Amino acid sequence: MENHTNSGNPNVDLAYRRKKNAEDMKHQVISFALMIFLTLIAFFAVGYDKFSPWFSVPFIVLLAIVQVGFQLYYFMHMSHRGHELPALFLYSGVFVAFLTIWAFMTVIWW
Amino acid sequence: MHVEEKLTAETFPASPEKATLEGKNKFLGFWFFLGGETVLFASLFATFLSLRDRTAGGPSSDELFKMSIVFIATMLLLTSSLTSVYAMYHMKNFDFKKMQLWLGITVLLGAAFLGLEIYEFNEYVHEGLKYSTSAFASSFYTLVGTHGAHVAFGLLWILTLMIRNAKRGLDLYNAPKFYVASLYWHFIDVVWVFIFTVVYLMGMVG
Repeated sequence: MENHTNSGNPNVDLAYRRKKNAEDMKHQVISFALMIFLTLIAFFAVGYDKFSPWFSVPFIVLLAIVQVGFQLYYFMHMSHRGHELPALFLYSGVFVAFLTIWAFMTVIWW
Repeated sequence: MHVEEKLTAETFPASPEKATLEGKNKFLGFWFFLGGETVLFASLFATFLSLRDRTAGGPSSDELFKMSIVFIATMLLLTSSLTSVYAMYHMKNFDFKKMQLWLGITVLLGAAFLGLEIYEFNEYVHEGLKYSTSAFASSFYTLVGTHGAHVAFGLLWILTLMIRNAKRGLDLYNAPKFYVASLYWHFIDVVWVFIFTVVYLMGMVG
């Protein structure tokens, strides 16, 4: 019978998979806490009016990019094996996205 | 291992979403779609960024936006992203009931987010920001509204999967479907992170 096991004992493999899934889940909860933390910093940076927009705007955009990284690599499992093509697809999209925004921004520069 | 085989926790594979050819295809096809979605939202963000100061005498973003509503909406959507991760955790452990429970919580949080957005848009219209008031107004409603439509679609999608498979339980036929729906839900949160940063927070900075 084909049963996707390594040790030949399904119960041992089940215990191993459960443990691995639980470890994964722990990483997810840690990334969630970090994402909440980054969100709070972004809101405080804007609420605190002593920062000039020249500092706070690039700062909160950077926080957003870091937070999206957590979302993609942990919540959407891009850090797991077998995500080479998803990464190619997504980063192709990001490349076109960057070009589009860059073009629109330079058009209104003056 | 064929698609409709009745499985147990012991025989359920480690990556049920990619255990069948159909699952592998769904997984790749969906990521390809997400690349396209990135481009769609980029065009809306680029339009909004170019037009956000063109208020044509109507209300501007720093007059309209309130930090409290945006903050609550952000927390709701971010938490719903975590609850859908929990759902996939139980899916991998072949615990169908717990997966359904966490998907249900995800749907509730998403619905609360959508309700808040409808309330917010209604407020803005009453404050004089109609769709055609200014270039700022139309680019704002189009960008945030397209995201809201994605949230609405995601809610219907997840609900449909939950109801359709309520009696069937978990197998290798529907595991990829649940997995892909949860990817979509995370992507909605990815877009929201840029919306709260670029539209709302940058709008309040001035």
